Amino acid sequence: MVRNITSFTGNGVADWLVQRVSAVILAAYTVFLTLWFLALPEWSYEAWSGLFAQGWVKVFTLLAILSFVAHAWIGIWTATTDYLKNTTVRVLVQLTVILVLFVYLILTFDAVWGV
Amino acid sequence: MSNIRTMDFDAVIVGGGGAGLRAALQLAESGFKTAVVSKVFPTRSHTVSAQGGITCAIASSDPNDDWRWHMYDTVKGSDYIGDQEAIEYMCSVGPQAVFELDHMGLPFSRTENGRIYQRPFGGQSKDFGKGGQAARTCAAADRTGHALLHTLYQGNLKAGTNFLNEWYAMDLVKNQDGAVVGVTAICIETGEMVYLKAKATVFATGGAGRIYASTTNALINTGDGIGMALRAGFPVQDMEMWQFHPTGIHGAGTLVTEGCRGEGGYLVNKDGERFMERYAPNAKDLAGRDVVARSMILELLEGRGCGPEGDHVYLKLDHLGEKVLNEKLPGILELSRTFAHADPVKEPIPVVPTCHYMMGGIPTNIGGQALRQDKDDKDQIIDGLYACGEAACVSVHGANRLGGNSLLDLVVFGRAAGLAIDKSLREGYETRAASQSDIEAALATVQAIESRTKGEKVADVRKDLQNTMQLYFGVFREGKSMQEGRKKLETLRERVNNVALEDTSKAFNTARIEALELTNLLEVAEATAIAAEQRTESRGAHAREDFTERDDENWLCHTMYYPAEKGIRKRAVNFSPTTVDTFEPMVRTY
Amino acid sequence: MKVSVYRYNPEADRKPYMQDYTLDLPEGKDLMVLDVLNLLKEQDATLSYRRSCREGVCGSDGMNINGRNGLACITPLSQALNGKSSLVVRPLPGLPVVRDLVIDMSLFYQQYEKIKPYLQNDEPAPAIERLQSPEDRAKLDGLYECILCACCSTSCPSFWWNPERFVGPAGLLQAYRFLADSRDTATDERLAELDDPFSVFRCRGIMNCVNVCPKGLNPTRAIGHIRSMLLKNAT
Repeated sequence: MVRNITSFTGNGVADWLVQRVSAVILAAYTVFLTLWFLALPEWSYEAWSGLFAQGWVKVFTLLAILSFVAHAWIGIWTATTDYLKNTTVRVLVQLTVILVLFVYLILTFDAVWGV
Repeated sequence: MSNIRTMDFDAVIVGGGGAGLRAALQLAESGFKTAVVSKVFPTRSHTVSAQGGITCAIASSDPNDDWRWHMYDTVKGSDYIGDQEAIEYMCSVGPQAVFELDHMGLPFSRTENGRIYQRPFGGQSKDFGKGGQAARTCAAADRTGHALLHTLYQGNLKAGTNFLNEWYAMDLVKNQDGAVVGVTAICIETGEMVYLKAKATVFATGGAGRIYASTTNALINTGDGIGMALRAGFPVQDMEMWQFHPTGIHGAGTLVTEGCRGEGGYLVNKDGERFMERYAPNAKDLAGRDVVARSMILELLEGRGCGPEGDHVYLKLDHLGEKVLNEKLPGILELSRTFAHADPVKEPIPVVPTCHYMMGGIPTNIGGQALRQDKDDKDQIIDGLYACGEAACVSVHGANRLGGNSLLDLVVFGRAAGLAIDKSLREGYETRAASQSDIEAALATVQAIESRTKGEKVADVRKDLQNTMQLYFGVFREGKSMQEGRKKLETLRERVNNVALEDTSKAFNTARIEALELTNLLEVAEATAIAAEQRTESRGAHAREDFTERDDENWLCHTMYYPAEKGIRKRAVNFSPTTVDTFEPMVRTY
Repeated sequence: MKVSVYRYNPEADRKPYMQDYTLDLPEGKDLMVLDVLNLLKEQDATLSYRRSCREGVCGSDGMNINGRNGLACITPLSQALNGKSSLVVRPLPGLPVVRDLVIDMSLFYQQYEKIKPYLQNDEPAPAIERLQSPEDRAKLDGLYECILCACCSTSCPSFWWNPERFVGPAGLLQAYRFLADSRDTATDERLAELDDPFSVFRCRGIMNCVNVCPKGLNPTRAIGHIRSMLLKNAT
């Protein structure tokens, strides 16, 4: 068996499953937001912040950002291990991506909890 | 190049086909240091092309089937010059060997009871020829050879056999006592030459169908083991006996299994007549291969051939229906569509008798030990040399092999050779080591080729050799024309000795290998020609126009061809099975 | 006809190059690409390629023919040319070239060996064959026929990038051949060996393997079955 500590879960099936489940969550979130926009008679800041003031939307959004981070990391990890054959370069790119994803995560938490 | 590297093994097996891999498996599982030398990756050996199946009385199709009935068929099929003790061994041990293949994972087709599927093949009967057609050929669809070869390779991976893949064995190394102590070989990828030292050297080098212009055989079937044995001065047996398979695809030479006729297909001439009913009223299309092939040639000679040239007949399968064809003969559908541009579901396949199998080979006992005769014509063992499979002549096929018996021969006698070597090594078999000059003697062939800078092209000489054999030593033979053929072969020997290498590089130089193969083709062709001309009778696959009858008084025997004298000596056929009564020679009808 | 062949001899050439040959073809006969190579070799004995059975069952002569992986012996010239006037033959892509059209297949074979391609059964063998129903046997159809020609794995980008770690379509087809065999009892061990992010999961399902397989086999489907078995085992 091939070992790999930098993959999301370190296990092929788990990574695969996480990627599929997170994709479904992201799709559902996208559909939800699209429908909400379409149903809205007039776009305004009040309506927007009102949406995110609801507890279940906060939870849904946080779920979506967690899915996004996991999904993106698995994809990026796969792509970097495919194409970046130089270990130093690959680790640097991977660390940068981890940092960016982490920042996204914190910002989202902050934004949603700030409403 | 006098100081080449030595690699040391208990046993070296030359050839990675069914027989070689089965022998290697036996030895590797016993813990001996075993190497398989194969000029191609093992699963690319010619066993892979076997289609119809492996004939064996495992009593699946008929619970009352008996290996003795199989033995009777085989003796009759051999036209009575198969050794009965060896045939008895093959038919009685066969079921065990086939079950072992299943246990190793061979994906046999199955019956409703979950047992191995068996289909009818030519020359098979129940109750010693009195109970009608039998179905005794165990099959994995029509890819049995492929399934068998891959299974054996997989078994060897599990057992930890050493593989020297894409290594070519050049010549036998003999010590000062005349015993065989290994081979010289060349690593094709690097060009390095090595002495492979071994207590037991097994030739499982397969056939040599490439001596003919039209053959079902792979391009690699150049009789390397036969060539090496002859160059070492050892005899070969029954080399005049070449099987022409009735159904090679016209033009391409690729094989169409006898299983087609086993499943209900039949041959027709240009009038649409099922002509085998005339030649073999009982067995019809499932008569012995020699009988069917000759009948086809007679149809062509009498002007009833198909096509604009009238040079083939048709194999009709469409009446079996698409479902049966897809299930039982999927590989044939593929081959026919590719090579004959005919879809068997709708139209017949153009076929013609095509060189298929070498019944002769290196004479051996049941344990695969190579034999020669002493001055009183008694068998004498050649120390250190073994042979099995098509390269050997044990002899279970005699003058004509039955379909499905070649795969059985491979596994039974590959296994038997392994067992015999196992025993010999455990008993502490030792020989004198080869001297430097012994090794150098086994490099002479390649050095001669390398030393010539000017000369003929390998391809040209090879083509002429193949055409000569096709023309003078085909399905029907005649004294005068065979003598003419022999003269041509003498000229060809001079030409072979004059070929020059157009490429002397080391890395994957296939030109060098083809030049070496040509020397082997010539040895096989010459042995065939001389033995064929000497046997003044018609028996099995050897059909003479000037001696049309079987002559049991003079020729109920093997021919042993000795290269030093370029002549033959007779060798008695074994008529002494140990557990059954002798099958006495009878008139052979189907 | 013009035939362009990839040439490289490690002893003489610093770099590989394409060599052009002109060949007179026999009239009225659709040769196979292997026949063409054989004719070229009569002209130029230095050309190296593998070949054996010349009928599509031994898997020796996998190569890249006018941009597509296939077996030279069962690819008719008309099909290879597909209206074009010249033939371009290169070695299978993605593995090191030994010489001319001959590639080093070690990594390919290593991946095959890694999946333990032999039947494992810890129960004592019966006196006859192990029984198997025709239905269970039918599960092996489309799997056991593989000829190890490497056309599939060398057309797979995932295998190009990770030939040491991704088993590749050929190996995985055989992995499933043993997982699907009712006579094999090592299913759990086999699955455990495949349960990492590379061995199976590098397959992105682009189906190049299915597209080129000269035997018409479907490794992508087999990989899907393995994934389902892994999932079932893990949840």
